[in-house]
Amino acid sequence: MAPTDDLPDASGPVLDARLRLNRGDFALDVDLRVRSGEILALLGPNGAGKSSALRALAGLVPLTGGHVRVDGRDETATPVERRPVGMVFQDYLLFPHMSALDNVAFGPRCQGLPRSRARERAAELLAHMDLSAHVRSRPRHLSGGQAQRVALARALAVRPRLLLLDEPMAALDASTRIDVRARLRRLLEEFDGATVLVTHDPLDAMVLADRVAVIESGGMVQQGPPAEVARRPRTAYVARLVGLNLFRGTAEGTTVTLEAAGPGSPGGPARVEAHEAHHGPALVAFPPRAVALYPRCPHGSPRNVWRLRVEGIERFGDQVRVHLSGRPSLAADISPAALAELGLARGDEVWAGVKAAEVECYPG
Amino acid sequence: MRSERTPVSTPRRGRALRARPGRPPWILVLPALVGAAFLVLPLAGLLVRAPWSTMADRVTEPEVLAALWLSLSTATAATVLSLLLGVPLAWLLARTDFPGRRLVRALVTVPLVIPPVVGGVALLLVLGRNGILGRYLDAWFGITIPFTPAAVVLAQMFVAMPFLVISVEGALRGADRRYEEAAATLGASRVTVFTRVTLPLVLPGIGAGAVLCWARALGEFGATITFAGNFPGTTQTMPLAVYVAMQHDPEAAIVLSLVLLLVCLAVLATLRERWTNA
Repeated sequence: MAPTDDLPDASGPVLDARLRLNRGDFALDVDLRVRSGEILALLGPNGAGKSSALRALAGLVPLTGGHVRVDGRDETATPVERRPVGMVFQDYLLFPHMSALDNVAFGPRCQGLPRSRARERAAELLAHMDLSAHVRSRPRHLSGGQAQRVALARALAVRPRLLLLDEPMAALDASTRIDVRARLRRLLEEFDGATVLVTHDPLDAMVLADRVAVIESGGMVQQGPPAEVARRPRTAYVARLVGLNLFRGTAEGTTVTLEAAGPGSPGGPARVEAHEAHHGPALVAFPPRAVALYPRCPHGSPRNVWRLRVEGIERFGDQVRVHLSGRPSLAADISPAALAELGLARGDEVWAGVKAAEVECYPG
Repeated sequence: MRSERTPVSTPRRGRALRARPGRPPWILVLPALVGAAFLVLPLAGLLVRAPWSTMADRVTEPEVLAALWLSLSTATAATVLSLLLGVPLAWLLARTDFPGRRLVRALVTVPLVIPPVVGGVALLLVLGRNGILGRYLDAWFGITIPFTPAAVVLAQMFVAMPFLVISVEGALRGADRRYEEAAATLGASRVTVFTRVTLPLVLPGIGAGAVLCWARALGEFGATITFAGNFPGTTQTMPLAVYVAMQHDPEAAIVLSLVLLLVCLAVLATLRERWTNA
């Protein structure tokens, strides 16, 4: 449903939340705004506070400070059962003693719909999710993907304005993930409220979300469109998730002087040439596959060349990932054939080169 | 007698070579066998000494049937009442946090440890005709509880309900509370969460507690004889009848005991089957 622009409220975000939580030595402080029809992924390591954020939005844990507004209404003090929220839990938590249909009809029944109307709505939702054959099934007879869709139908059956999904892919085995993920994305796109999902898997975040917010140790460290986050990570955690080498430094035109990796490192600080000019604090990122390794100092096209030491070598898909230490320390992905040709072993010295065109440089 | 394991380094012909956990140590096996015998032999003795030739006549004697009917009906009533009061009590203890909760929990379980006859005295002091509450029941409503079938039920509840409460509270604590959270996000009030989600999830625990409670109520003696007396037909339950019969007619006591034993086993077997198949 397209937002109607003639209403002043329609342009505002569906969800506007400031979440502050203090529990023992754990503190969470994040601001979230999600527009109508937008899907926001909270991405972060375990224990970063993203699940707590989701539970706070649902009202399952009380906030220490801040607010939760949905469609402009303050829901901060609204009890869980009266919030305009639908939630898909990790492991889905379908009621084991009810059929799929009764699971989905549970919410509408609680909202006061007569049994027949609630079942009608549930049957429609399940049919829409290609689950008509499973309306009578108990949850334990459903596959992971089917259970996920029943859980989604159950959450949507209460007609929420805010849809929350906690690690929706975690309960699935790897073989089914690709299909289930694509299907979930299509179903989520149809929802016209705000969607917030929590995941620790960058792929889920990239595929499912319109916008990714990275949460580390209770705070938001980066947010933006998935492609932007994947291309220009702002922290070492995000860089590792999206598989990029990331450095912090100071830009002077296209040359970035990197921060020293450690005190007392011999020689001057490492420099990186980028294809974009900047001035001041900057972040530099490039993918490991953009790094070429040479036995001798190369002459020619690559504008960044460093002499580094091999720290470790591991298999990485059909490539080989070589961890290199020095100034700067980085990872390089090369083919097994190239590795054999170079005859590298731990402790060997090697030349690493990256073309300036492969290096992303952005304000840090 | 050598109790150590036979060495496996020299395998004998025809013997499969596999690691074995070894013989269970006799220091555990011996007491275990004695314990099992101690529990089983008296019941076997009951069967051996039973007057099988006159069994059919004795079982159908009106006093026996009256006592049996009274026992079954009062134990069942006590269990139903215990369920109505005990399940909410268990919920309160497991799911809420009010000041003094631990004290209440401790007090609720006191009937488990005090001698039932003491419980009977206590009930008499409170609900007796001159008791703290009993005198008003008598004066205002003309209700006297002691020495009636109602007193039998109350005495049984007093000793048996704690078994149910403990069992259900354990089940509630063991249940996955996230299902209750899921129900709450779907708009369920706390009552709806309890009746539609929590209760079905802990049903096996409630069932186990109800069986414990029923069995305990069926066997109740001390509190019953103190609070309800021993009047054949109105308050003389099977255990009381067994005790009385033992004084003058041991064979009758054996018959009554066997009947009680068989009824218990039949009920437990039926319920067990129903639950394991569920």
